[in-house]
Amino acid sequence: MKIGLFIPCYIDAFYPNAGIATLELLEKLGQDVEYPMDQTCCGQPMANSGCNSDAAAAEALFVRNFAKYDAIVMPSGSCTHHVRDNFDAIPQTEEVKHVRKNTFELVEFLHDILKVEEFPWAEFPHKVGLHNSCGTLRALRTASMSELGEPYFSKPMDLLTKVKGISFATPKRPDECCGFGGTFSVTEEAVSARMGLDKVKDHYQAGAEYIVSADTSCTMHQQGCAERGGVPIRFIHIAEILNGARS
Amino acid sequence: MKVKPVNHAKAAEEFLDDAPHLTFHDERLWDMRQKRDQQMHLLPEWQELRSRASAIKEHTLANLPEYLEQFEANAKKNGIHVHWAADGAEHNRIVGEILEKHGAKSLIKSKSMVTEECDMRAYLEPRGVTVTETDLGERIQQLDGQMPSHIVVPAVHKLVPDVAKIFAKNYNTDPNDNSPQSLAESQRMAARPVILTADAGMTGGNFLVAETGTFVVCTNEGNADLSATVPNLHIATLGIERIVPRMADMGVFIRLLSRSALGSPITQYTTHFRGPQKGGEMHIVLVDNGRSARLGMEEFWTSLKCIRCGACMNTCPVYRRSGGLSYGAVYSGPIGAIIDPTFNERKYSTLPFASTMNGSCTNVCPVKINIHEQLYKWRRVLAEHHELPFVKREIMHMAGKLMGQPTLYRTAINGTEVALSTLPRFVLYNWLNPWGKHRELPHPVKQTFHSWYKKNRLKDKKESQGGKA
Repeated sequence: MKIGLFIPCYIDAFYPNAGIATLELLEKLGQDVEYPMDQTCCGQPMANSGCNSDAAAAEALFVRNFAKYDAIVMPSGSCTHHVRDNFDAIPQTEEVKHVRKNTFELVEFLHDILKVEEFPWAEFPHKVGLHNSCGTLRALRTASMSELGEPYFSKPMDLLTKVKGISFATPKRPDECCGFGGTFSVTEEAVSARMGLDKVKDHYQAGAEYIVSADTSCTMHQQGCAERGGVPIRFIHIAEILNGARS
Repeated sequence: MKVKPVNHAKAAEEFLDDAPHLTFHDERLWDMRQKRDQQMHLLPEWQELRSRASAIKEHTLANLPEYLEQFEANAKKNGIHVHWAADGAEHNRIVGEILEKHGAKSLIKSKSMVTEECDMRAYLEPRGVTVTETDLGERIQQLDGQMPSHIVVPAVHKLVPDVAKIFAKNYNTDPNDNSPQSLAESQRMAARPVILTADAGMTGGNFLVAETGTFVVCTNEGNADLSATVPNLHIATLGIERIVPRMADMGVFIRLLSRSALGSPITQYTTHFRGPQKGGEMHIVLVDNGRSARLGMEEFWTSLKCIRCGACMNTCPVYRRSGGLSYGAVYSGPIGAIIDPTFNERKYSTLPFASTMNGSCTNVCPVKINIHEQLYKWRRVLAEHHELPFVKREIMHMAGKLMGQPTLYRTAINGTEVALSTLPRFVLYNWLNPWGKHRELPHPVKQTFHSWYKKNRLKDKKESQGGKA
């Protein structure tokens, strides 16, 4: 299986360690991974703003970059959600359909496709709070949501509990959105920042030293809120913990 | 005249500035959401009920004319006068004429979102009719000259001292008496004489039952029953989408309604109105006001399934932190954001953007309206209809172009890298940058993932390929 690695723009520019960890982790698991150098964006920001036709160029480029791979893996729930569920600014050719069907968020790829049983190199001696982004929780369904009253399941927790030394803090409102919301974070900055602050305080008060997430866009926003609001909590991508980061 | 779009972001910012109100509002509504969850856990068939309710509503909406005519015929057999109102103006005129015919000058009413839609009080009062809201929350809002901020708990954005001040102004009570009991008592003392002497009563309604020609009103205060039965004249106003085919369908909807709304198994009062009382008259006004047009909107017609429980508002993290009034519309919160643009696209063009599209609303909705997907679709429609702010449209247009050109894009990303590490703080955090108003920017990094990969992987690959050759 040949894997194409997609690194979202904000990870590329601001959180390269999350990208490096994703690549190294997949390599450690024996995967054949390539990062196409001409990649930019999946088209989500334009499409989510309603400007769907403006997403066409990004989507077309995405397909050009990734059509040749058996699987496309990305450390981002919201980008995966866009490609899988909303990627329709361009004609739906066989190539496009192939890309959409074979795009996976990292956690679901590790959990459902590779079915990874252990991460022997991973040890994280800290108390963490898991942030399920709304994209992973309610669109990709990688965990049970409180709204439905369904039996508990959590793919990210299944993976994290395989890490030595890790312990967990449970916030009071685990499924509440953190308020990032793409351009919402700017056009509705006051509500967005307040939601972010409430979110990081909830984790902090539950005793978390770190907030871990499969979505760096959420944690980029949360980190900004925590630093401004003086909440001493740290942030880490789930790929970094699974790849063996100790702090 | 060009209508200005509602500035939800600004109104929300003002709401957020008031910590005691914000905290109460967020926690009170979150508490309702949690009580809803507890009720859900008590019913193993919850998801089946939701599916059933959604299916009944979709079936009914797909056959709306037939069921409405069936209702009309049966209601007439029950001795109810049935009126049809194409829009708010016709609704108000019909109600005005009924009142005039009876010489009614005093109207008591229970909560009805349709009369808010039609702005009925503003029509009747200049014509000499005194309208008194009998729902406590709605009365508070009426006395304060505000719209309801929530469809179930209309004054939820107010604290007890706010109510004490409003009552003091209107009922001459002590403005510093913050006891909910005595405030409720003063409302009761003020309302009872009005109720007992009113010429006419008006209610909204939750369900029209086609096969019986009856309608159902669900309340918790009993005020709707007083409004309907104390005066001899009862006028009920309902939207045409409120119809269900059979009485048996009530078994599904009544079980879902109050559990979703307040987290209680059932409302205190569930009244089936079957016809006028002895010597009295009963009228029902069936209101369209844009509903037929909405039914024809392929992407948005299922919003008509709504049973007005407010569960989507209670769970919405944006609504809880911005308050219902910030939506500047009769319907606020997630359901409002998908309904309001059907009334006025430009005015409410901002509301589908007042959401993170987290999807919690869709999953609590007892009739399974795909609210967050409709928000997404509305954004597209509004962009296509040129209802997006110019700057946003231009930014997205430029971003879209940039994202299609890897070389240009790479130059821009490297620019960000340099900018974050070299520009002084006052340039990065200014009024042009709303991100930085309440948040820090991401930290500068030594190199992007792209440069790292080039250095650490492509080089290796080239070397190994070179070795082979």
